[in-house]
Amino acid sequence: MLPQVLFLYFAFAIVALSLAVITRKNPVHSVIFMLVLFFHIAALYLTLNAEFLAAIQIIVYAGAILVLFLFVVLMLNLKEEVTEHRYISLWAVGVLLSIAISAIFLMTLSSIPLGAKGVFSPDVIASETHTVALGKLLYTEFLYPFEIASVILLVAIVGAVVLAKKRLKS
Amino acid sequence: MVPLEWYIWLATAVFAIGVAGFLTRRNIIIMFMSIELMLNAVNISLISFSYYLQDLRGHILSFFVITVAAAEAAIGLAIIISLFRNKATVHADEMNEMKG
Repeated sequence: MLPQVLFLYFAFAIVALSLAVITRKNPVHSVIFMLVLFFHIAALYLTLNAEFLAAIQIIVYAGAILVLFLFVVLMLNLKEEVTEHRYISLWAVGVLLSIAISAIFLMTLSSIPLGAKGVFSPDVIASETHTVALGKLLYTEFLYPFEIASVILLVAIVGAVVLAKKRLKS
Repeated sequence: MVPLEWYIWLATAVFAIGVAGFLTRRNIIIMFMSIELMLNAVNISLISFSYYLQDLRGHILSFFVITVAAAEAAIGLAIIISLFRNKATVHADEMNEMKG
C-alpha cells in the first residue's frame, strides 16, 4: 500500500511540476520548478533501488545543469520576454503532436516483450550495495563507453569555451 | 509492489509534456529545458525497466544519458549565449537567417 501511495504522490507532483516548467512566463520560475522536479525524480529513483543514480541526479542535474541554466537566464536580459507572447501561434499543432506521440507509446505498451530476468535482484544489490555493483559493471563491461563519455565531456568543455568566448578583433 | 506500467505511463506523460513544451514555446531557453525533461522521462523508463528486469544495464545507460545531458547543456547554453550576442533575442521564431 505504501509504495503505491508514494508513487502516486511522486507521479502527480512530477507531472504537475513539468507542466509548470513549460507554462511559466518567467524563465527563472521555470528553472526553480525544474529544481523541485529533479528532486522528485531523484526520490522516485530511490523507490526503484537506484540510490547512486538518485545522488547523481541531484549532483549533476540539480547542482550543475540547473545552475548553468540559471546563470544563463540571469546573464541574458529578458525583461521584454516576460511581457510578450509565450507560445508560437501554431501551439495547437505542438500539443496535438505530443498527444499523438504519447498515444503511440501507450498503444505499443501492451506488446512489449519483457526478457528474462537478470542476476541483479534486490537482494544481490543490497548485499554488495548499488554503487559497488554499478561500478563493477561500468569499469569492466562498459569500459569503452565510459572512456568515450569522458571524451564527449572534453569536447563539450572545449566547445563551450570556443562558442561562448568573445571574438577577438584581428 | 507498483506495476511496471505505472512507471511507463509516468515516463510517457513527462515525455509528452517535454515534446509539447519544445514545440509550443518561443523562448529558446524553455525549449532547451523541455529537452532535459524528455531526457529525464527516458531515464525514468530505463531505470524502471532495469528494476523490473533485475538488471543493472539500464542504470548504466541512464548514467550515460546524464553524462551526455551535461555535455549537451554546456554546448547548448554556449550556443544560446552566442546567439543572444548576435541577435539580442531568445525567441526561436525570430531566428530566420537561414530562410529555411
